Amino acid sequence: MDQAFGRLVDGTELSLVQHWPVRRPRPVAERLPGDRPLVTGQRVFDLLFPVAEGGSVAVPGGFGTGKTVIEQSLAKFAAAQIVVYVGCGERGNEMAEVLTEFPRLTDPHTGRSVMDRTVLVVNTSNMPVAAREASVYLGITVAEFYRDMGYTVAVMADSLSRWAEALREIGARLQEMPGEEGYPTYLGNRMGKFYERSGRVVAQGRPERTGALTFISAISPPGGDFSEPVTQASLRVAGALWALDATLAHQRQFPAVDWETSYTLYADATAPWFADAAGKDWTHLRRDILELLQRERELREIAGLIGAEALQDADRLVLEAAAVVREAVLGQNAYDPNDAVSPLGKTYRLAFLARSLYESARDALRAGVPFEALDLGPARHTLVVARYAPPEELEAAFARVEAAIDALRAAGSEVTAEAPPSAREPPFAPEPLPVLESPPERRADA
Amino acid sequence: MKPLQRTYRGARAASGPLLYLEGARNVCLGEWVAIEVPGQPARRGQVIDAGERVTVIQVLEETLGLPPARAEVTLTGETATTVVGRELLGRAFTGTGSPADGLPGPVGEAIRPIWGAPMNPSRRQRPSDFIETGVSAIDGMNTLVRGQKLPVFSGSGLPGLELASQIVENARAPRGEAFAVIFVAIGITARETHAFLDRFERSGAMERSILYLNEARDPTIERLLAPRVALTQAEFLAFEAGMHVLVVMADITHYCEALREIATAREEIPGRRGYPGYMYTDLAGIFERAGIIAGREGSVTQIPILTMPDDDITHPIPDLTGYITEGQLVLSRDLHRRGVFPPLDVLPSLSRLMNAGIGPGKTAPEHREWANQLYAVYTRGREARTMVSIVGEAGLGESDRRALEFAERFEREFVDQGERRRSIEETLEVGWALLETLPREDLLRISDQVWEARRARREAP
Ligand SMILES: Nc1ncnc2c1ncn2[C@@H]1O[C@H](COP(=O)(O)OP(=O)(O)OP(=O)(O)O)[C@@H](O)[C@H]1O
Ligand SMILES: [Mg+2]
Repeated sequence: MDQAFGRLVDGTELSLVQHWPVRRPRPVAERLPGDRPLVTGQRVFDLLFPVAEGGSVAVPGGFGTGKTVIEQSLAKFAAAQIVVYVGCGERGNEMAEVLTEFPRLTDPHTGRSVMDRTVLVVNTSNMPVAAREASVYLGITVAEFYRDMGYTVAVMADSLSRWAEALREIGARLQEMPGEEGYPTYLGNRMGKFYERSGRVVAQGRPERTGALTFISAISPPGGDFSEPVTQASLRVAGALWALDATLAHQRQFPAVDWETSYTLYADATAPWFADAAGKDWTHLRRDILELLQRERELREIAGLIGAEALQDADRLVLEAAAVVREAVLGQNAYDPNDAVSPLGKTYRLAFLARSLYESARDALRAGVPFEALDLGPARHTLVVARYAPPEELEAAFARVEAAIDALRAAGSEVTAEAPPSAREPPFAPEPLPVLESPPERRADA
Repeated sequence: MKPLQRTYRGARAASGPLLYLEGARNVCLGEWVAIEVPGQPARRGQVIDAGERVTVIQVLEETLGLPPARAEVTLTGETATTVVGRELLGRAFTGTGSPADGLPGPVGEAIRPIWGAPMNPSRRQRPSDFIETGVSAIDGMNTLVRGQKLPVFSGSGLPGLELASQIVENARAPRGEAFAVIFVAIGITARETHAFLDRFERSGAMERSILYLNEARDPTIERLLAPRVALTQAEFLAFEAGMHVLVVMADITHYCEALREIATAREEIPGRRGYPGYMYTDLAGIFERAGIIAGREGSVTQIPILTMPDDDITHPIPDLTGYITEGQLVLSRDLHRRGVFPPLDVLPSLSRLMNAGIGPGKTAPEHREWANQLYAVYTRGREARTMVSIVGEAGLGESDRRALEFAERFEREFVDQGERRRSIEETLEVGWALLETLPREDLLRISDQVWEARRARREAP
């Protein structure tokens, strides 16, 4: 293929192979704002911390917090047309896992093997350090190449810290002046440069093609302490932070995303798309869930001082409801065949039902039902198991949750029939919801 | 062909364990060096820096009383190699592979460089064979599989070695396949070595094992060689002789300290807490040598043991180890004080390859759900325990109180098993019995299907 098949008048040979220096970004015609999300199939990210196509995410976390599981889940299920997976200074067995598992998985968007859309760049921890430094650049350059063909590309780098350490080792051997924690002083600068290579762009040349390169990078901070240089340099340039927390991981609450520290700058830009694709009140739903979690955080601090039993009923309900949200909506088991990926419709429905559960119970409390008499059990149980239902049974599972929530609501109205109605708010009327719609459609130019 | 030997009279300087030689040519990194001083015992060393003008040699033996100017330094042309072969089974060696049992040196089947070659990831086979260790907290909650590297994070005075010897004693190859155990002592005391071996001898596994002993009194630099010599032998037994090899290395903390000592002597820029910046890469060069190669019979499984300085899991030694290994088994001082053996804290412990090693046909179909459920309730119980220490038991809700009670019993009945060995069936049973003390509504991780199957089995005569 690298044989020349033609020659220009000036002597330049034409072939089917392109060579490109990996450290230099490939030029583009125009940079576009990112207003479409990269749908990840992970509820906590799609719902709370979405990333735009062409965006960049830093995923720091101590060892065993789930970075690799997240990167691999995204590589398998995210709505990208091409995935470049850079295993940079990590374990050989993880790469063996990718190599055995990916060919067997079907890409839900094309029906072909996931491996067909994947490029692997592998440099394990026991391989030469200089190659480790180059591997991330190589991955991004390959990704830019596909972006320029008009594809939606996602680059997963696991882990950027190993790249930075390679830079440090090489710097030390060249006897360069070390900066913070021994890293070369140009670390931040270099990192900024390749985070900048993400983006949604109009490619050079004809016909006009738009492509996107999304960059999602794991970071391995020493001691799990985010104040270190690599995490900090990433935060200066990344558009979203998915912070992983060791305590959550030890409790086996996966994905161990710390929703207080994590953030995204893409929520507003992508909101219209989500509202369109998943449900009209997506933005509200997201805000309500975030608020509930925030309220829980505050209450937990108080409860830690005075005991949960001493809280007011409304507050005890917040704790219960937030626990349901964490368990039924945000938690996602990467090893369960029905839970590993969550289509947007399922994410929306689960979140919606969790909120209904909370609101119905809250209304019942307001109507005068004592907390002790409130039977959350059936609603909680049906909701928590719904996420494991196989696709064909999902509707039935949701119907069971709705029935249980209706029962809660009925408990409230029974009391209200006797009590003054002023305490009541109208029950939340669920709008007709989209069921599992197929994943976002491919772009026409693909 | 005999390697090229070159002898130089007089070294430039000596400082600490290092000897500086000027003017040597064609020096190889890692080359062995013989150092003679008239009237003194012979010394050995290794080239650790082959500079343009100056060659830095790390001396294995004591350097006190070494007059550099009078030393006769011979570069042997040999880099570190070791003799490997099946005939080494049943024997003891030093950290560099010389006999330590008074018998003559082995002829072996081959001579191999000790640095190994990185396994091509695409030639690796994913480990997925369950190893029954007989320890519930491992088999049930943090399952070990063949070809895994699963370290024990111990603390000073905690029974890390005892746990390792219990694992080794129990972890035979299930289908009677050829297996071997390699024990590498790295800077531990003779007493610790004996404690480990004692138990080992009793189990009669001695003739299936090889010992590489670098004890506290032995030269520091040998600590860096011992695991590599041992792993070279392990790789031979596994990938050429088709055996399942279990390598126990204690104590990685001493290894890392040796690494730091040498880095300091070389006046390198220190990284976190004085450990060199390349420690991750260096440790990976050891731990990544665990695994299985597609199409070959055997496997190398590693159980490194390390001591967390000050019980601090964020210290660079456990931290970097955890970033490389496929999980960790963390010992808890609290459980140890309360007499629980093995004092394994299952929450920070993890086996990343567990999912591949459990399930139908391996352990039990419901294993995953069962373990998830134990984790969920135990976590809740531990949180409740923290809460009680602040607000007292009265502040707890009903299900928190149940979880608290569960956590106590879990530690007493499940984790604490003393010296007894439990089969995986027994382990699952103990766990089920604990779960069944709780109402169904507390057990949401158990699906109806598994719950019913369990009920049916229990009610069957
Ligand atoms: N979504 C999930 N569902 C179930 N288990 C998970 C999930 N995420 C993580 N885990 C568990 O946590 C373990 C560690 O995850 P992972 O290997 O991704 O950690 P990591 O952050 O990449 O660690 P390291 O920095 O050491 O590479 C996994 O082996 C798995 O057991
Ligand atoms: Mg990882």
